[in-house]
Amino acid sequence: MSDSVRNRRRPQHWIDADAGPVVRPYAMTRGRTAHDSSHRLDLIALVVPEPAAHDPGRDQSLSPEHVEIVERCEDAPLSIAELAAGLDLPVGVVRVLVGDLVDDALVHVTRPVPPAELPDVSILREVINGLRAL
Amino acid sequence: MAFGRSSRRTAPIEPVTLKILVAGGFGVGKTTLVGAVSEIRPLRTEESLTEAGAVVDDLSGVESKTTTTVAMDFGRITLREDLVLYLFGTPGQDRFWFLWDELAQGALGAVVLADTRRLSDCFAAVDYFERRGIPFAVAVNRFEGAEPFPPETVRAALDLDPEVPLLTGDARDRESVKRILVSVVEHALARVDRDREPAAP
Repeated sequence: MSDSVRNRRRPQHWIDADAGPVVRPYAMTRGRTAHDSSHRLDLIALVVPEPAAHDPGRDQSLSPEHVEIVERCEDAPLSIAELAAGLDLPVGVVRVLVGDLVDDALVHVTRPVPPAELPDVSILREVINGLRAL
Repeated sequence: MAFGRSSRRTAPIEPVTLKILVAGGFGVGKTTLVGAVSEIRPLRTEESLTEAGAVVDDLSGVESKTTTTVAMDFGRITLREDLVLYLFGTPGQDRFWFLWDELAQGALGAVVLADTRRLSDCFAAVDYFERRGIPFAVAVNRFEGAEPFPPETVRAALDLDPEVPLLTGDARDRESVKRILVSVVEHALARVDRDREPAAP
């Protein structure tokens, strides 16, 4: 497609050729690829709803995806990776959306055992016992 | 908005989450291994390359900037109500090693799955975990039609340290995979014990 055709099709050509393709999933994050408070959420960080999340009058600015994340975590906390797979969204999108929910105090996120504390002998033993008992 | 904690619902249990990585060449059976022990059907998640890899990935020759997504398969094992283990199949292609950095952070250990017909496919993984000091075990996946190699031949070919566990197994078999995972964690445990030994100054 030539540039002239492209410009005619998209009169509001605020995206120039250098912007690359528009990736639809990131429309849900209003174009953000990282959350402001980025500290990067680990793939196995669990998302736990806060009591405020059950308030029917919760933040009206939430998108359906935000609401779905909260709802999916209500029965049992889910990891960032599970949410991404369940919602069929890239991990990066889920990170941004969960970051919004954390800002709104609707969820909190567990920190996986920090690398400095690993490996903890008692946890390792528990994992071995747990695996054997499967 | 309500302030403070409401007692309307009991607070959900927040388990400790851990991860073990499953690495190896393309088609070696990583996802099969994850599926053999996972309580959920292995899930696929995608990470976009521009997010983590733009700095290291060579995009020369690519006409326009594109967003490549890399898939990772993972499964979950609830060991106890408060202890959940995730298994992550790392992307098979060497050029996605940068994703391993994120995956490897905080990982308990790793399984390197090997196919004796294409042993060189797992060199990158062995090398990676050695350099990062991540405890790993090598599991030779038994493929029908693959010539069984004596373990010492495989160990020599991969130039493994003597303490690295080397097992033969079947990625489809739950008991076999359990044994492989236990050996990884036991190896991690042995290393902690060794490190805790009062070393001579």
